[in-house]
Amino acid sequence: MDAAPAGTAAARDAAGERPAAVELAGLTRRFGALTAVDGLSFTVGRGELFGLVGPDGAGKTTTLRMLAGVMRPSAGDARLEGVSVAREPERVKHSIAYMAQRFGLYGDLTVAENLDFYADLHRVPRAERPARLERLYHFSALGPFRARLAAQLSGGMKQKLALSCCLVHEPRILLLDEPTFGVDPISRRDLWLIVHEMVAHGTTVVVSTAYMDEAERFDRLAMLHRGRLVALDSAERLQRDLGIGMVAVPVDRVHEARAVAQRLPGVRNAAVFGDRLHVAVADAAADGPRVVAGLRAAGFAAGAAHAVAPSLEDVFIERIARAGAA
Amino acid sequence: MSAPAVTVEHLTRRFGTFTAVDDVSFQVPRGEIFGFLGPNGAGKTTTIKMLTGLLQPTAGRGTVAGYDLARETESVKRSIGYMSQLFSLYGDLTVAENIAFFAALYGVPRARRAERREWVLAMAGLQDHRDRLTQELSLGWKQRLALGTAVLHEPPVLFLDEPTSGVDPISRRDFWDLIGGLAARGTTVFVSTHYMEEAEYCHRLALMNRGRIIALDRPAALRAAMPAPLLELATDDSPRAVEALEDAPGVIDVGLFGRAVHVTVRDADAARAALPALLAARGIVVRGVAVVEPSLEDVFVALVHAAGGALAD
Repeated sequence: MDAAPAGTAAARDAAGERPAAVELAGLTRRFGALTAVDGLSFTVGRGELFGLVGPDGAGKTTTLRMLAGVMRPSAGDARLEGVSVAREPERVKHSIAYMAQRFGLYGDLTVAENLDFYADLHRVPRAERPARLERLYHFSALGPFRARLAAQLSGGMKQKLALSCCLVHEPRILLLDEPTFGVDPISRRDLWLIVHEMVAHGTTVVVSTAYMDEAERFDRLAMLHRGRLVALDSAERLQRDLGIGMVAVPVDRVHEARAVAQRLPGVRNAAVFGDRLHVAVADAAADGPRVVAGLRAAGFAAGAAHAVAPSLEDVFIERIARAGAA
Repeated sequence: MSAPAVTVEHLTRRFGTFTAVDDVSFQVPRGEIFGFLGPNGAGKTTTIKMLTGLLQPTAGRGTVAGYDLARETESVKRSIGYMSQLFSLYGDLTVAENIAFFAALYGVPRARRAERREWVLAMAGLQDHRDRLTQELSLGWKQRLALGTAVLHEPPVLFLDEPTSGVDPISRRDFWDLIGGLAARGTTVFVSTHYMEEAEYCHRLALMNRGRIIALDRPAALRAAMPAPLLELATDDSPRAVEALEDAPGVIDVGLFGRAVHVTVRDADAARAALPALLAARGIVVRGVAVVEPSLEDVFVALVHAAGGALAD
């Protein structure tokens, strides 16, 4: 089933030989004097699990709204399965599902009735429904709650139901705007299981999050800051190719120690990590002992430094510093 | 050693037949950053309502800043600061006007208000923005201003509810520097959160489930106490691998993680040897097996499961 146009030459991207599912070309959105999304260009391969990662105000939601065809770009364009969001926003909606931060569940309908409603809305053939719904009930763990009113579900269960409603018509592309926001870790894990299941069966997923620690599960991620792309790659490559060293230093009074470490020569940044500091330096082997000596000279009980991999938060901070946007 | 800032002994709260908080005991020393984690319905909010004098315990007792939770609720309320994720700043007031409003609300003596205002402006780095409308500030600045207004009256105990949700990492680190500074000068900070990125900043973490404290320790100790090792398998068909491993011997829990499979096992060495062969027998190719360091979230999920799972809602 491959009726969509094969896309442009740019369709073959760094992700491999996958044809493009989503192609952004200079995608821009202005609100008055504010440029919320500023010339984004990248490609998401078919079947890829792709993350838009950045803090509030980075442009994640505006980007997803434009991809979903519910907001017009001020400039540039995006193509989903070859269809332009600038020229044919209505046609884009056929092949996608978009889960906004406030998804429209009907509180006075039950779980089963909500799913039926969305199946009707998307004209899912009756004969196909039982098998699809059983699969969704299985992965969402909502099976035992099918007769419960949506209004009486917890926040995490509402999110799982919203996601299930998005999936009843088996979209080729799934756009998720911060699906785990405000969801507790147990429900969050269930939500990711549903997403991973869709990806394993070939759905293209573009998902936004403000939480760097969620980004490790993505095939690739785009780090956004103030509407601009500051990094684009797999988490592994972003961490490996950062070109700086990271050392972990166990230390007492860790919050005070961070302020001191930040001012030591050669230190690019420092972060509290439990009862250790993670310190970004030019070279872990050479600079680690200097950081320890500097902390000890300032009166802290610092243990030996050892090299660690930078976290994605470290990557983000380093990349925006280099982009001169911090 | 001064008296603990928060003590709780056998604290219990029932609503009808439902026991929301069930015989909970702990102490928080002065100057500690204490993290409070748990799934929805675990009893966190009920506990915090009792600690902030908004709800009476059904049984047990506790003190905050030396005041009894059941008998001295007004003194408890005057001894605490509270900053919620949906902070209550007025967007159409300037920074200085918001500070003045909260100073009056918290009964800061008139003679001290100018000094406290300048302290908050300096702490939050807002000296040059005192006359700006609050709604024009970035999220990071709003959070620092909200923190400042919550400690205008110099409360010995500060409650924070997901204080840095959504903020960029640089602002988050700056915010936690402020919290660390307050704690170093003796303020006790009680942080309620769903986010492990915030939990990492706490000196100790309490994990609550079904009304009880199921773990309480330093983040590093909790990570070291992960009940079972975690393996990551790279395979050519991860969904089928998950199915195949669900009932495999030695496997406690299995799930997809991105394209990989995460398996909690009883014995890492035994599983490393056995699982690839087991999958190969089903025609699934294993490209790699690695023991991964569990994240705090992995630990959290494992402890909740070991304690009988979260309440359904």
